[in-house]
Amino acid sequence: MDIKKYIDSGILELYVAGTLSEKESQEVYELTQQYPELLEEVKNIEASIIKLAAAVSPKETKQSFDTIKAQITSGENETKVIPLDKPKTPWFTYVGWAASLVLAAGLLWMLNENNTLKEQIRIVKTNKELLETQIENANNSLAEAEKLVEVLRDRNIIEVPLAGQGNFANAYAKVYWDKNSNNIYLDAKDLPEAPQGKVYQVWSLTLNPLTPTSLGTIDDFNTDGNKIFAIANANASEAFGITLEQAGGSDTPTMEQLYTLGVVASTP
Amino acid sequence: MQLEQLVSKFQEKDVKAFETLYNMYSESMHGVIFNIVRDNEIAEELMQDVFVKVWHKSDTYSVKKGRFFTWILNIARNAAIDKTRSKNFKNLNKNLNADFFVDILQNNESLDNKTDAIGITKFVTKLADKCKQVIELLYFKGYTQKEASKTLEMPIGTIKTRNRQCINELRTMLDV
Repeated sequence: MDIKKYIDSGILELYVAGTLSEKESQEVYELTQQYPELLEEVKNIEASIIKLAAAVSPKETKQSFDTIKAQITSGENETKVIPLDKPKTPWFTYVGWAASLVLAAGLLWMLNENNTLKEQIRIVKTNKELLETQIENANNSLAEAEKLVEVLRDRNIIEVPLAGQGNFANAYAKVYWDKNSNNIYLDAKDLPEAPQGKVYQVWSLTLNPLTPTSLGTIDDFNTDGNKIFAIANANASEAFGITLEQAGGSDTPTMEQLYTLGVVASTP
Repeated sequence: MQLEQLVSKFQEKDVKAFETLYNMYSESMHGVIFNIVRDNEIAEELMQDVFVKVWHKSDTYSVKKGRFFTWILNIARNAAIDKTRSKNFKNLNKNLNADFFVDILQNNESLDNKTDAIGITKFVTKLADKCKQVIELLYFKGYTQKEASKTLEMPIGTIKTRNRQCINELRTMLDV
């Protein structure tokens, strides 16, 4: 470190004047502890300022240290008196702190309680919504069932049982044909689940000559609940058949995969 | 006794040590305070306040923060400046801006003092005006470097180097 350069910078003069920041002052202090020359310089700067300032003082002062001594020692007596009053203060302080602690604890408890209640309300609301959905579903099922009953009781309905064919002797289905509305209701409860990538396709047939007409595929077979499907049918059907086809359906039925077939009993 | 020892004894509330410190610095503090308030009665009152305050605040001083002299200088300047801002002081209608410490020195000389102030005055009045100003602001008024640079309309760096030159001149004159 270049001591001379540091001294020449004028920082020591500012140090004595007290214009340096606390951090800068501390740095100067530490350097003066390391380098006696710096300390010497600081002392000389200080001495010159003290001399100058003392020269500015109007010398005819009546004041002596005794006046100050009297003040600071009487002040000491006062500080000895204070402890007598002290016990009073802590009482209020402790009660105050205790009260605020109790209040804070109470507030926390209430906050917690409030949150619990809110949570409970939320759960009850969710349950209520679930129940409402269930009721709505039940109502819908009921409406559907009523509609089915209505259909089945209609005297104009033609029932066509579709018996299992070939390898699928266990399969069974039934068609309810409402000629007035040109709809059939296919009850396919006894068909096995359609394998992945396959769909059941419903056919309307005329027998002489044998001509199949597709009534469409049952894409939602596996997911449907009651396995009763309403299908539009404006054909003069003489028989109905169901085959298993590739997803998307076929133009003509794959006869090896004919599950059920049934002939319309009488043509009114 | 070394200054460090004196100060630490003073911080242990040793009245004797405090008296020694008082004798070391009271006159210069009186000068600083008087330069600000320009009224000897008020200056003496403030002196007393300042040293009582110094006594009670002794634990707030740390040698790491600066010189002991600088610490009491700060307390003294602040007390005096506060006084000039107080209401009843303003009512005294003092014209404080007119004079620098140098003017006080010249007046003191005419008072025919017994001290060596006369000798100092002779030298100090020879200081360049720019030096008188810088010393006045930095030491007697407690301006920061920045405030001094604004007041004297010169760069901050110049304040630092000029102050160094001026204190050097002062030291040559005072033989310190």
